[in-house]
Amino acid sequence: MADLSIVFAGIKSPNPFWLASAPPTDKAYNVVRAFEAGWGGVVWKTLGEDPAAVNVSSRYSAHFGPNRQVQGINNIELITDRSLEINLREITQVKKDWPDRALIVSLMVPCEEESWKFILPLVEATGADGIELNFGCPHGMPERGMGAAVGQVPEYVEQVTRWCKTYCSLPVIVKLTPNITDIRQSARAAHRGGADAVSLINTINSITSVDLDRMVAHPIVGDQSTHGGYCGSAVKPIALNMVAEIARDPQTRGLPICGIGGIGNWRDAAEFVALGCGAVQVCTAAMLHGFRIVEDMQDGLARWMDQHGHQSLEAFRGLAVGHTTDWKYLDINYKVIAKIDQEACIGCGRCHIACEDTSHQAIGSTLQADGTHGYSVIEEECVGCNLCQITCPVEDCIEMVPQDTGKPYLNWTQDPRNPYREAS
Amino acid sequence: MIDALNHLPRPRAGAEELAGQFGDLAPPLTARQAAVESSRCLYCFDAPCVNACPSEIDIPSFIHRISDENLQGAAERILSANILGGSCARVCPTEILCEQACVRNNAKECAPVLIGQLQRYALDNAAFSEHPFKRSPASGKRIAVVGAGPAGLSCAHRLAMHGHDVVVFEAREKSGGLNEYGIARYKLVDDYAQREVEFLLGIGGIEIRHGQRLGDNLSLTDLHQQYDSVFLGLGLNAVRQLGLPDEQAPGVLAATDYIRELRQADDLSQLPLADRCLVIGAGNTAIDMAVQMSRLGARDVNLVYRRGHADMGATEHEQDIAKANQVRLHTWARPDAVLLDDDGRVRGMRFARTALVEGRLGDTGETFELAADAIFKAIGQCFDEHSLGDPLAAQLARDGERIRVDAGMRTSVPGVYAGGDCTALGQDLTVQAVQHGKLAAEAIHAQLMLNVEAA
Ligand SMILES: Cc1cc2nc3c(=O)[nH]c(=O)nc-3n(C[C@H](O)[C@H](O)[C@H](O)COP(=O)(O)OP(=O)(O)OC[C@H]3O[C@@H](n4cnc5c(N)ncnc54)[C@H](O)[C@@H]3O)c2cc1C
Ligand SMILES: Cc1cc2nc3c(=O)[nH]c(=O)nc-3n(C[C@H](O)[C@H](O)[C@H](O)COP(=O)(O)O)c2cc1C
Ligand code: SF4
Ligand code: SF4
Ligand code: SF4
Repeated sequence: MADLSIVFAGIKSPNPFWLASAPPTDKAYNVVRAFEAGWGGVVWKTLGEDPAAVNVSSRYSAHFGPNRQVQGINNIELITDRSLEINLREITQVKKDWPDRALIVSLMVPCEEESWKFILPLVEATGADGIELNFGCPHGMPERGMGAAVGQVPEYVEQVTRWCKTYCSLPVIVKLTPNITDIRQSARAAHRGGADAVSLINTINSITSVDLDRMVAHPIVGDQSTHGGYCGSAVKPIALNMVAEIARDPQTRGLPICGIGGIGNWRDAAEFVALGCGAVQVCTAAMLHGFRIVEDMQDGLARWMDQHGHQSLEAFRGLAVGHTTDWKYLDINYKVIAKIDQEACIGCGRCHIACEDTSHQAIGSTLQADGTHGYSVIEEECVGCNLCQITCPVEDCIEMVPQDTGKPYLNWTQDPRNPYREAS
Repeated sequence: MIDALNHLPRPRAGAEELAGQFGDLAPPLTARQAAVESSRCLYCFDAPCVNACPSEIDIPSFIHRISDENLQGAAERILSANILGGSCARVCPTEILCEQACVRNNAKECAPVLIGQLQRYALDNAAFSEHPFKRSPASGKRIAVVGAGPAGLSCAHRLAMHGHDVVVFEAREKSGGLNEYGIARYKLVDDYAQREVEFLLGIGGIEIRHGQRLGDNLSLTDLHQQYDSVFLGLGLNAVRQLGLPDEQAPGVLAATDYIRELRQADDLSQLPLADRCLVIGAGNTAIDMAVQMSRLGARDVNLVYRRGHADMGATEHEQDIAKANQVRLHTWARPDAVLLDDDGRVRGMRFARTALVEGRLGDTGETFELAADAIFKAIGQCFDEHSLGDPLAAQLARDGERIRVDAGMRTSVPGVYAGGDCTALGQDLTVQAVQHGKLAAEAIHAQLMLNVEAA
């Protein structure tokens, strides 16, 4: 089997699956169970200054798909609600008992040099492998000038990172908030401040739903609510894009990235690695299914790597980065056309009505003798948008077939139809 | 009727146990099951299931509304196409209708969406505080409907909705037609037929007169004169005979007669039980009869059919129900003689073995006997000629014995429409009768409005 072990920003781990800083890593009890289940590492639930934070009840809400499938979770929890002393004592013990696992401590203290100078040596003394700076918490903490309030100002990110590098010898991972317009600004700031790595994404500002009887959003606290942070499978596309943005930014090239956001299985993880991540973190999937999922993640990833001849994560890390580019460099002459496998088609008509009503009227419907309808692509009309393939309920029933146009690669910067083209 | 069987013993089980035997054949879905099942629907466009529903219910739409937690919206979608959607959800042979056509009805998709069950779920749980349909302003037209079965009731409701006043003439004591008197007891439980009629009448403008029998105390000539239009939803009220000597002997009975008593019985333990019984026929009525006898406690239930399994009218699903209820199916045998004991009561039947010879059914010359306490005939219902005795009724063109109608349910006599089992159009199914009634109402309405405009 493929070797899943990694060295990420100098931190060794038997596999790339870490639990993100959150309830699953709240205390020794959980973390020990996680290590027993096979997690390669954990980022301990964010520590702060005493007195510890106080949480409200209730705390979570969700965005459900059909059949109560959880698409995403929203939470209004703060950082650890236990004292610094207890946390540090437990971290020391756990690291001693589990020397081969990665134990990273997440931190959030006020944006003042003194605060960091105070806490960093205490953390280093636990024997932990690294620290993660929580610049991402989108609710509660920013109102106190911490979390996302820091993460949204590149100068603060750079400054705090620099303090950490000054007062601590451990690897520093800067956890980025997605609640900004250009994620590269934060990553560049962390890089300037001397960060050993970035991790992303933290949660996204969200309100999942509104109780229409009580006219209050979820989660409900008394008769009020507040926005929370969104995570889980629904945020994966956003996280992948932000990871790719950083991975292909020349200014941060080579900066290790730890992928977080909506990872629920080995395939999700492999996708983050393909876009450049050297490790991944998981929170929601563990909260929904328990720690046991890591076994399936390891097994699936190792088998896939075996099948593709990748002996280590490094062997395929970043392979998709080079294929991610700006729109203007895409080949305008490339063309695909939808093709329906009539054998596989079950005649639901979804492709037809989707293309007919909202795309290019490129799927014809023919009434058949038995009263049902048959569907076929009108090739001249198809623009290759993929919509039919997306709405078709049968996997692999509609294939997008590349066409031989006989035309060479041509991008928009070269296209004669572009009045602002660079080349003639 | 039961006179013919009165000499038989009563069931061994008590009333309560028997009532349990006749509970819902397919128990209703729970909210959770409905959520899971409704999410399986692909929300097809030009959906094949709709094409296969005789009453053209917009199935993807109502299922989508169930999954959107809009049960009243779902129910209204169903009822707007089929006002008896509740009984259809329970009695339709969905395995040859919508669910047969469902795009998920193949091995790769696992199983069809349980459309009938979802339909029942929506209607059972919609909880309307008032009748969901409003009547159009009064048209001043009066229409006579003969027969308060599915066809007549559906027609009456649609007519009332269009603002017409309707008088329904019904021979029997209760409305509902075969929903009340014919459908297997375990398919429509808890007095559903009556509850559904009550709901349907909630629209207003419909008066039902019982004890009014066309051909006896009612004539088509009079109705035609007194009303703006007439709809005939008479059903099939006579039973096909075997044509054997001793067919009138105690112990021989039409299956539909027994089922009617069974459906009306408050205490099932008082019904005569044929411990060993024969059911002749192979349609759904035959299966219903056999299964109900078995559930009453009969130990030896035999269904005998003159052709093979593939020719049976009963669907595979129905045949499975029969097998699950220990009914033995005998094929390729034809009734040859009713066997009587010394008291002149049935003791069994002799059958002639049959075979296809050059495509034609014939006897092989072999015979065999089966012992039985009763023989139930279920070889089909036929038209009751007595209903169409008066001069105008006699003019109605026929297809075979049934009333001829066009696609608008018009008979050959202007102003007289017909639908349901008494016509030759479509299958003899509840849902088909409902559709006929609805189409006739639309045709009547269009015609009457045309007349108004022309006037
Ligand atoms: C035993 C049995 C089981 C069945 N099971 C199923 C099933 O599971 N699923 C299914 O879809 N279909 C089933 N059917 C068929 C279904 O019941 C009929 O297709 C349906 O009831 C036809 O409706 P209708 O309105 O045309 O006739 P009916 O339901 O027969 O109603 C006719 C009405 O007219 C009245 N009437 C008759 N003559 C006169 C007259 N001269 N004057 C006044 N009133 C009159 C009758 O009393 C009755 O109320 C079954 C039929 C039988 C016999
Ligand atoms: C209940 C809850 C509490 C969280 N608390 C923290 C925290 O204290 N510190 C932190 O850096 N991230 C916190 N997070 C964010 C997660 O670490 C992670 O970045 C996010 O959930 C995205 O990953 P996922 O999609 O796998 O859940 C929290 C998330 C949840 C659901
Ligand atoms: S790819 Fe787009 S344009 Fe082509 S058939 Fe499908 S939906 Fe229509
Ligand atoms: S969406 Fe897929 S299964 Fe449905 S009709 Fe189109 S090709 Fe066939
Ligand atoms: S055919 Fe099946 S999946 Fe499609 S709309 Fe009808 S019930 Fe739903």
